[in-house]
Amino acid sequence: MPGLAGRMSTVIKSKISRLLDRAEDPGETLDYGYQKQVELLQNVKKGVADVVTSKKRLQMQTQKYEQQIVKLDTQARQALSQGREDLARAALERKAVIQGELQSLDTQVKELEAQQQALTENEKKLRTKVEAFRTKKEVIKAQYSAAEAQVQISEAAHGVGEQMADVGLAIQRAEDKTEQMKARAGAVEELEAAGTFEDLTALGEGQDDIDRELAQLGAGAQVDDELAKMKAEIGSGGGDAPALGEGKEGA
Amino acid sequence: MIVRISGEGQFKIPDQDGERLNELDNRAVSAVEQGDEAGFRELFHQMLELISADGNALPDDELVESDVIVPPRDISFEEAKGEFTGEGLIPD
Repeated sequence: MPGLAGRMSTVIKSKISRLLDRAEDPGETLDYGYQKQVELLQNVKKGVADVVTSKKRLQMQTQKYEQQIVKLDTQARQALSQGREDLARAALERKAVIQGELQSLDTQVKELEAQQQALTENEKKLRTKVEAFRTKKEVIKAQYSAAEAQVQISEAAHGVGEQMADVGLAIQRAEDKTEQMKARAGAVEELEAAGTFEDLTALGEGQDDIDRELAQLGAGAQVDDELAKMKAEIGSGGGDAPALGEGKEGA
Repeated sequence: MIVRISGEGQFKIPDQDGERLNELDNRAVSAVEQGDEAGFRELFHQMLELISADGNALPDDELVESDVIVPPRDISFEEAKGEFTGEGLIPD
């Protein structure tokens, strides 16, 4: 099959051959094969555990984004109540960017969750196959000569090898995904750090590169709408103090 | 014949399905080559449907090699364009 399935089959099959080629002495194939399987099964277990850890880290990142959103919202209200619409806009633009990131991170974490479940399922399958191989190996050892055993075991070894290669590929895909997400999360953090927002006055008069970048990314209808809404709220509230109500940490 | 859906497991499907699967697969590839993501999704979906409609899952302790390995269900269009050449956890 030359198609997608063909390509997929070729990749997996070449992995299996490399896996199986390592057993050179036919007499040792059985035990060596099993020993190798057990060894690789450990790699797979560790790989699955790593994916789980990465996913947890990304989930923590989403919490951080949520906090940042609340904080920026509070800051925007503060700025507005002090008549600083420029600062309020800047805060809302940042908020919009982080909200966008949060959404995409959420989606990806969910995808990763599904991948993780499938991985765990497949690791279990692999364990069952390795165990079946062990049983088969003992039976073959007892019943066949070395040469005959070689033939008998080849199919079984390919069966285990295929599952092994497939789980390995799935782990790699999950890892690639977490790497991409980590890189993105890092970029957002950098944005946040570069335009530190701890103190509203730190934003100053002039726009820096980050502000311009954020404005390009986030400015638009969403920010305008939100600003108008906030203005109306603050306007109807009368004073400047009530605007601080929603935030947890006042500046 | 034995088909594996990568990331899921192995299924036994009637031999005559092989040709249909092959045809869908080839059409999926041309969809990818033409940058037609919706077409690719639809064809790939049909491949998976065919396998689950006609196939029986093999028991976990069965040790056989697949005749065909189909890419993972959640394959992205980008991945479909590329190659699955990663090393993974199995050292080369």
